[in-house]
Formats: sequence, C-alpha cells, structure tokens
Amino acid sequence: MRTFNEADLISLFSALRWTVVLVALALACGGPLALLLALMRSSRLAPLRWLAAGVLQLVQGVPLLGLLMFFYFGMPVFLGIEVPSLVAVGVAFTAYTAVFLGEIWRGGIEAVKQTQWEAAACLGLTRWQQFRYVVGPQAFRMALPPTVGFLVQLIKNTSLASVVGFVELARAGQMASAATFQPLLVYSVVAAIYFTLCLPLTVWSRKLEARLNGAR
Amino acid sequence: MALVEIRDVHKSFGDVEVLKGITLDVEKGDIVTIIGRSGSGKSTLLRCINALETINGGEIRIEGERIAADMPNLRQLRQRVGIVFQAFNLFPHLTVERNITLAPVLTGKIAKDKARDLARDVLARVGLAEKIDAWPEQLSGGQQQRVAIARCLAMSPHLMLFDEVTSALDPELVGEVLKVMEDMARQGMTMILVTHEMGFARTVATKLVFMHQGRVWEQGKPAELFADPRTPELRNFISSVK
Amino acid sequence: MTLNFSQLWRYDDLLLHGALLTLLLTVIAAVAGTLIGVCGAVLVRGGPRPVRWAIRGYIEVIRNTPALIQLFIIFFVLPSLGLRLPPFEAAAVALSIYFGAYAIEIIRAGLDAIPRAQLEAGECLGLTRWQVFRHIVFLPALRTIYPSFTSQFVLLLLGTSLASQVSAEELFHTGGFIDSRTFRSFEVYAVVCAIYFALVMAFKLVFAGLQRLMFRWPVRR
Ligand SMILES: Nc1ncnc2c1ncn2[C@@H]1O[C@H](COP(=O)(O)OP(=O)(O)O)[C@@H](O)[C@H]1O
Ligand SMILES: [Mg+2]
Repeated sequence: MRTFNEADLISLFSALRWTVVLVALALACGGPLALLLALMRSSRLAPLRWLAAGVLQLVQGVPLLGLLMFFYFGMPVFLGIEVPSLVAVGVAFTAYTAVFLGEIWRGGIEAVKQTQWEAAACLGLTRWQQFRYVVGPQAFRMALPPTVGFLVQLIKNTSLASVVGFVELARAGQMASAATFQPLLVYSVVAAIYFTLCLPLTVWSRKLEARLNGAR
Repeated sequence: MALVEIRDVHKSFGDVEVLKGITLDVEKGDIVTIIGRSGSGKSTLLRCINALETINGGEIRIEGERIAADMPNLRQLRQRVGIVFQAFNLFPHLTVERNITLAPVLTGKIAKDKARDLARDVLARVGLAEKIDAWPEQLSGGQQQRVAIARCLAMSPHLMLFDEVTSALDPELVGEVLKVMEDMARQGMTMILVTHEMGFARTVATKLVFMHQGRVWEQGKPAELFADPRTPELRNFISSVK
Repeated sequence: MTLNFSQLWRYDDLLLHGALLTLLLTVIAAVAGTLIGVCGAVLVRGGPRPVRWAIRGYIEVIRNTPALIQLFIIFFVLPSLGLRLPPFEAAAVALSIYFGAYAIEIIRAGLDAIPRAQLEAGECLGLTRWQVFRHIVFLPALRTIYPSFTSQFVLLLLGTSLASQVSAEELFHTGGFIDSRTFRSFEVYAVVCAIYFALVMAFKLVFAGLQRLMFRWPVRR
C-alpha cells in the first residue's frame, strides 16, 4: 500500500486526455447526426418524423450504461470482429449525443415561428435555403444555452465509459483508489477536476440563457 | 363616522415618496372617482387601503378600524373590502364557478352545498349566468372582468375598490363592465374607483378626486370640478383626456 | 452472428426482482429528492443569506460532477461518518442527493413563474397564506414544472443503473450477475435494456394520463 502522490495526480490528468477525446468524438460524430434528426423531426414527411421520433424514444428509453454495454458487446456480435473499446464507447456516446442534441436543436427550430419559414418560402428559397439562411441562425441562438448545458452532461457522463474498462478520468480514479486505498481523497480530486471543467460551461450556459431572455 | 377615513397618508418606495400626505373621507354609499395622470399614485393609494402596501405615515381607518399590513384580523378586513384589478387576475385553473366560490367556502362564509347557488346569484348580477362552467381563458376580456367583479360580490363586501378595470379592455367591451358598476352604484355599494372614463366620473360619481404628484390636488362634486377646475393642472388634465 | 436468448429465460424471476428493486430505488430517490427540492426551493428563494449560499453551492457541486463519482464518494464517506449502510441504501442516499439538486432548480423555477398578482388576488379575498398556496399557487406551478420534472424523473429511473457500480442490487446489477453465469453478455444487456425501456414507456404513459387528469384548464398560447 502507498499514499496518493504526484504520480497518481499525473496519471489522472493524462487520463483526462481520453475524457476530452471522447467528448470531441461524440460531438464530431453525434453533432451532424443530431442535426439530421432535428431536421427529420421538423420535416414535412411524416415517415421521417416518425423514424426520428422512434430513434429518440428508443435511445432515451435505455440507460446510458445499457447503451455502452449494448455496443461494447454487440459490435463484435454483429460485425464478427473485435473492435477497440474506444470505437465501441465512441459509437455509444455518438448515439447518445445525436439523440439528446437532436432533441435540443429540434426545440430551437420549433421556437422559430412558422411564419419565418413562410416568409422565406415567399422569397423563393428552397426548403434547405430556408433553413440555412433564415430559420437555422435564429434556432441556433435559441438552442445555444441548452446545447452548452448538454455539453456539461456529456462531459460528466463520459465517466460511465469506465464501466467497460475504457481508461478515462473516472477509471483512472478507480485505479488510483484501488492502489492507494484512499478512495475519499482520490475521488474528491477526480470530482474537483470534473467540477473545474464543467462549472465554467454551466455559468456560460446560464449567461447565454439570461441574455436570450433579456433580448426577447 | 365615515366608512373610510384616510388621514395624512405617506408612502415611499425606497427614497421616492409616492403619496405625500393624502387625506380623504369616503361616506357609506359614496361613489368616489379618482382621476389623475399615470404615476400620480392612484393605484398605490388603493393598494394602501387594502393593506397590500404598508404605509409609512398617517393612518387609514375602515369602519373605524385602523388598518395595517401586520394587523391580526387583516383577513377579516379584506373579506369586507373587495378589489378589482386592471388585469382581472382570475385564477386560470379554476372554472368561473370555483373562482367565485373558492374564498366564500374557504373562509366559511357559506356552506359548500350552497356555493353553486351563490355563484349563480352573483353571476346573474353581472349578466353572465350562462358562463358558470366556463374556464377564464374561454371568456373575453370584458367577461373576465365581470367575473372578477362577481368574485368580489360573492364576499358581500362593504366597500369595493376598482383600479382602472376597463383600461385593458377593447373599446367595445368597456360598456358592459361600466354598466355592471353603474348597477352596483345604484344598489348603494360604496365604491372607490380609479378610472379614465370621464363619462362615468361625471355622471355616476358622488365625489371626484384629482390626484397629482402624490397629493389630492382637488376634490369635490364632479359637476363643479369639471365645469370649473380651480387649478391649471386639473384644467390641463381635463382637456387632455377629452 | 449467433444470438442465443434461451439460457436467459431461466433467470426471469431474478430479472423481475431486479426490476422491482430498480423501481424501489427510483421511488425512494424521487420522494426524498423531491422533499429536498421543495425545502431547498423555499429556502433558496427566501432563506437567510448563508443558507441560500449553502444551497447554491450544493446545487453547483452536484450538477457539475458526475453522478458516478458522487456515488463513490458517498459510498466511502458514509462509513467514515460512522454510517455503515449496505450498498442499496447508500445508493439511495446518493441518488436522493443527486435528484434533490435538480429538483430544487425545477421547483424554484415553478414558484418563480407564478405571477405576484395571483398571490395578491388570493390575499385580497381574505385567504390565508396556506390557502393561497394550496388552492391558487400549487396546480398552476405544478403544471409549469411538469414536463421538466417528469423528464428528470425518467433520467433518474435510468440513472439508478449506476448503483450497480457499488454492487447495489437492482436491474443492471442483476444483468451483470446473469452475464457472469451465462457468458451471453450481449443478450443479457439487450434484455436488460428492453426492461428499462418498458419501464420508461410505462411511466411516460402514466405521466401523460395524469397530465390529462390534473391540468384540464385551457392556456393561452
Ligand atoms: N412596488 C413599487 N416599487 C417601486 N415604485 C413603485 C411601486 N409601485 C409604484 N411605484 C411608483 O410609484 C409611483 C406611483 O405609481 P402608481 O400608484 O401605480 O401610479 P398610478 O396608478 O397613478 O399610475 C410611480 O412612479 C411608480 O413608478
Ligand atoms: Mg395605476
């Protein structure tokens, strides 16, 4: 047995890299899918709306932990090959991000008045142009505060990747805790790191929200 | 003894003195109309009479009883004084009937099984008997305001306060509310009302009060004040609202 | 691709038991968390300054750290405070504290959204403060917070799966146990996910039904 020392701290911070990688991956892959889902849900074609709504109900209806297990154990079953845990975990967080962000962005799109679509249509814009130049920018403003809020959820929830053995911050904490038998100290440090990461984003999201409400 | 005695009442919000020594008597059966520019303190005075605001100086007595925001029987006092606001303030989650009967039942004024009769009764007085089961949101502004009046009437108040009750209404709906108030006046209800309806002030009121910069600038019989305003402020005001 | 669910059926009563424990955990945390939420919301709006700060601090800490880490900390803190709780109880405490922080924010927003004029209208009719709250504030406030409160509840239901990480017995933990017996990991977790999904859908239905029953009055759009 040994006490928690600088080396442990360094290993925590180097594991933090993987937390960041995971967040970046989830946003990079989940973001475009989220936009697709949001657009499908505001589509004029009913089957597209139903499909998007179904995906949403499904993914939001199971625990993130379950989603992780599903892809971690499922990808080898379906693909027939072992995949690195980063891939399995990345896919799970992509699905998670796509669905939650998609819902937030749909809210943003719906908050823009229907008359804006109509006004843009009257100018002869295509449906995509209506979104790209008229509705999208307004929706973006509305959806930005909750989007930043979701980023906080995402960062916190990457801690669940530890469950399938992916070494990010939370997992590194578990390992340090097991090595030092100082769980309280180690987990407090881990919590402090997450807190330092998340608090500024929370504050920023709140400021954006206040500004938006003030502007209305 | 006057029904309402207001003696040298002062009221400040922070450093700003909004009422600067108001003195006013309201006799039983009086219809007192308060007019004046926006910001002259009319609403504040009404709110002080009902102890929604705490006064900083002077005193207000209703039926001889000195009122204060911290008085022990404030609730009993409020049951005797009805107030109707510009914004109706009906309870959106209660039907018209429940809006009216909520307070009489909760304060033990009336038994639960008599409540619907009471609601029907006061609604008839404001001409809305058929709306007893409607939701507030389903009514027009004028109808909502009449329900708000009926809600007060159900408490059988000795005094009614009205704060610009027609100001939020579309012009074509003003008449129906004024008519209800005229009926109440005819039946002898003591009323203090703030209004911009000069016709009502001229014909129905027994007393006209012109407030200016937190003071009672002029008061007297409506006909006399309208015909012969003594101060330039009242003269300007009358000509500006015509 | 070979899927084999046949081995799992032997464990149906275990799964049912796990699902019931998950429900129990959810209800305990929801009730305790809502109590925290109500008290916290009232105090954060009108309590003495140090209390308000303490509550704000609590909310920020809980909302800006992972629930999993909170669970670990509480799991290891309680014994050092002389409280030796079994995993399930410790998880219930952690989840209550977690849900409470979100509940405070939601309930506070609901109370803030009640127009002052509604309170005054009630006061002017001679009602007591309690009567004003009970008959005038409560239902409209509940309606305002209903969507966010119920979706937070669903997140809590799903979040109870974290308790498996401190070996508290609930559905996800049961899944792990069956996995260790059958080695059909994918099938086990697929079934576990399906049960969570069924629970979530059931709650959503109940919430929608309650909403219809409780909030009948029309609102202006
Ligand atoms: N709650 C309050 N806090 C601060 N100032 C107030 C408040 N209520 C009213 N005032 C101020 O008191 C003055 C008189 O207001 P009010 O009685 O509403 O006037 P009126 O009804 O004659 O238009 C105004 O300048 C207003 O801004
Ligand atoms: Mg006013």
